[in-house]
Amino acid sequence: MNAPMNFEEGKPAGQVRERLVVIGNGMAGCRAVEEILARDPGRFDVTIFGAEPRVNYNRIMLSPVLAGEKTFDEIVINTQEWYDDNGITLVSGDKVVEIDREHKRVVAASGRIEPYDKLLIATGSDPFIIPVPGKDLDGVVTFRDLDDVDKMLDAAEKGGPDGGQGRAVVIGGGLLGLEAAHGLNLRGMNVTVIHLMPTLMERQLDEAAGWLLKTELERRGQTILTGANTKEIIGKDGKVAGVRLEDGTEIPADIVVMAVGIRPATGLAREAGLEVERGIMVDDHMVTSDPAILSVGECVQHRGLCYGLVAPLWDMCRALADFVTESPSGYEGSVTSTKLKVSGIDLFSAGDFSGGEGCEDIVMRDASRGVYKRVIVKDSKVLGAVLYGDTADGSWYFDLMKKGEDVSDIREALIFGQAFASGGALADPNAAVAALSDDAEICGCNGVSKGQVVSCINGGAHSLDAVRSTCKASASCGSCTGLVESLLALTLGGEVESGPKTMCKCTSFTHGDVRKLIVEKGLKEIPQVMQELHWTTPDGCASCRPALNYYLLCAWPGEYEDDQKSRFVNERMHANIQKDGTYSVVPRMWGGLTSPKELRAIADVVEKFNAPMVKVTGGQRLDIFGIKKEDLPAVWADLNAAGMVSGHAYGKSLRTVKTCVGSEWCRFGTQDSTGLGVQIERMTWGSWMPHKFKIAVSGCPRNCAEATIKDFGVVCVDSGYELHIAGNGGIKVRATDLLCKVETEQEALDMCAAFIQFYREDAYYLERTAPWVERVGLQYVKDALGEEGAVERYAARFHYSQQFMQDDPWAKRAAGEHEKLHQHLAEVRPFPASQMENA
Amino acid sequence: MMIGNWLDIGPITQIEPGTARTLPVVGGEEIAVFHTMRNEFFAIVNKCPHKQGPLSQGIVHGDVVTCPLHNWNISLRSGKALGDDEGCVPTIPLKVDAGRIYLLRSAVIGAQDKAA
Repeated sequence: MNAPMNFEEGKPAGQVRERLVVIGNGMAGCRAVEEILARDPGRFDVTIFGAEPRVNYNRIMLSPVLAGEKTFDEIVINTQEWYDDNGITLVSGDKVVEIDREHKRVVAASGRIEPYDKLLIATGSDPFIIPVPGKDLDGVVTFRDLDDVDKMLDAAEKGGPDGGQGRAVVIGGGLLGLEAAHGLNLRGMNVTVIHLMPTLMERQLDEAAGWLLKTELERRGQTILTGANTKEIIGKDGKVAGVRLEDGTEIPADIVVMAVGIRPATGLAREAGLEVERGIMVDDHMVTSDPAILSVGECVQHRGLCYGLVAPLWDMCRALADFVTESPSGYEGSVTSTKLKVSGIDLFSAGDFSGGEGCEDIVMRDASRGVYKRVIVKDSKVLGAVLYGDTADGSWYFDLMKKGEDVSDIREALIFGQAFASGGALADPNAAVAALSDDAEICGCNGVSKGQVVSCINGGAHSLDAVRSTCKASASCGSCTGLVESLLALTLGGEVESGPKTMCKCTSFTHGDVRKLIVEKGLKEIPQVMQELHWTTPDGCASCRPALNYYLLCAWPGEYEDDQKSRFVNERMHANIQKDGTYSVVPRMWGGLTSPKELRAIADVVEKFNAPMVKVTGGQRLDIFGIKKEDLPAVWADLNAAGMVSGHAYGKSLRTVKTCVGSEWCRFGTQDSTGLGVQIERMTWGSWMPHKFKIAVSGCPRNCAEATIKDFGVVCVDSGYELHIAGNGGIKVRATDLLCKVETEQEALDMCAAFIQFYREDAYYLERTAPWVERVGLQYVKDALGEEGAVERYAARFHYSQQFMQDDPWAKRAAGEHEKLHQHLAEVRPFPASQMENA
Repeated sequence: MMIGNWLDIGPITQIEPGTARTLPVVGGEEIAVFHTMRNEFFAIVNKCPHKQGPLSQGIVHGDVVTCPLHNWNISLRSGKALGDDEGCVPTIPLKVDAGRIYLLRSAVIGAQDKAA
């Protein structure tokens, strides 16, 4: 049977309107219809099927509805009148269950049959449900439509089981998850976000911006767990009770929101035999593999891409409308940008920000305003941008990016934004600074004006450091460093003296500045240091990451969590890498003493793992060579079983305490040097240092343990102990300086602990005691330790820190910690046939 | 691209960001698969062009790895040594789909051919 035929008034008689059936009453479906109506209102007889029992609304505004910032009525796009006025039949709450391509008709759940000439599939996407036990429990919801929002609001209203605050767990720290978490938080719930990846919104943000976002959300009372894998959702009496993570952590919950992602809703299209990959395949005119069937929105795959944002939808709908009204334009894909709809958080991301060959990162950070801006430029074009805290220029960057405009003329001022960069002559930052009036403030922290900085430069401060120490400009937070440098360049022409060496190319601060500021500002994580100190790279480099890791470890013992990925290979693997990629393993032998049991265990390991060589080291212990990374945990387990722990022969840490036999055996010995050496090693092992640190104890001035070329050396004499520091037997031999002489073993131990702690807190990373003492002077060290109570204070800090350090890393690895570092992903065994094929 | 051309080497979660893991190829060159902190994935032969250091063990920053033996910086994207150093290590085309990592099968074996 044919559908009733409609004749349009004003059309030539006899022209029949084509029947357009739209599956999906969402944003894409309705927008497509609007676009078509705008071009040719009389062309189609339109029927729209919607699964939800309501009119078309702006789905992306569900977040503000959840947050209580908008009502449902405010987010309705098309009211019933719109459907009526345009003669559109809306079939809501009746889901299409079948597309009958042969008869060109669709079948709905109610049995309703609707024939079509053109069919538009706009089914959108479905939330992705992670397949964990408990996913079907009552109280597990997604965040997709108004029903989901209602369920969340109910949970917030109901509160916790004891009548207290309700607890929500949001699985997924992407755009949608964070908006859900924000809404629930505003609705008074106690919210925990579980995110699999280590960075929130990792598809849109880099590590630096992700960290800022996480910090802000935590400040608002949310608990953010990154790198957390959901193992199961726990239920009680069929209702959700909490979430259990892979590491065993349990988080109680009254509602669990699953917001890990979406997948195109392609079921209908697939069953109808249309070509479907990840999404429904469409061409540039949004036509599927069946010429009578079109598709737009999140359900399609166009040129290999599926989109989950709203802007591409509009582009698709335009192309579709142009095509069906016979003026085809074609859709060429979309460049997308993202904003997070969480009030008070300004965040923008667009394009490709992963960097790459020939890409240049321009980074600007303003710690006092919590701003991070990064623009990626390649071949003089903007490739992407990540903005946090100040997104005013987001659309400008996005526009430059979409148009592919050449930015070489404004390159220098690009990061400062449109107002600055477009200022013609002001595009040169020096010119911009020159244009400032004399009373313009340069340094906000110390209230220094441009005039003051210039007169300070004219007064002889010809370097950044000199300016910092004379008028204090840029001496605090450092965010005006660039301005001061411009003023130096302007005032002096080319005569700027280069200041002390900065830590690395990522920062304008020296090691000393960074150490000082970490403590003063209470900086406790690497991304936080980078943000507060205006790092010019997003995630640092191989020089600054290990240094920052050490400085934080030293400043916040027991609090800072060691960052494995900022460690050099030897410290990450707790063994020494050799030129062939295998490792050598050195177990600790306290004071150079060993026993049959230890020697047997070492011999067994050598045989069991076919170690090709064993060597006695200069530090009085045994080095086992040629161990593969995957065998290391097993080697350590065997050595642990004989009571041996890591010798830290690989670390910027206490290495070994070398001893001679001393008064117990030696006819010249004056004190028990071996006994003291063992005590010192028991006290100091495991401590991380700016560089490697060696100790020796000699029993008499003949000095058989070579204590006078060690970082800390003890030479026993009849009347007590001479304590020497800052010796080095390496490339540049340096004999120690005498620090002091003490009378008792206890005093020697206390001074050792105090000296080490002072070195740990004062030296730069990768600076051994010898160059450190040469730089600061012996008197500086003597003065610091000579102050009233100083030895006790430093020693106490050392002992406190040691509580957390003296934890054998081998034992933890042997028990399975960081096992991925040791295991291969898999092994590839190519088939002979495929070898031939590719030969 | 046919599925058979791509070798599924498992989920992305098995490589922590900022680290690499290795994939030995029997009779061929070991491959290092990297996950950068900017959430990109790369595969290169696990041998520094300088003195064959295991690049998988280096510190990863941006899309660069610093070789653990002598601090050469190698671009993960092109395999080329950066800065004043010269040399190149073979790269293996990689794609991520639905949370899993795939390597181009012919390149996995190709890396072996080159070495043979």
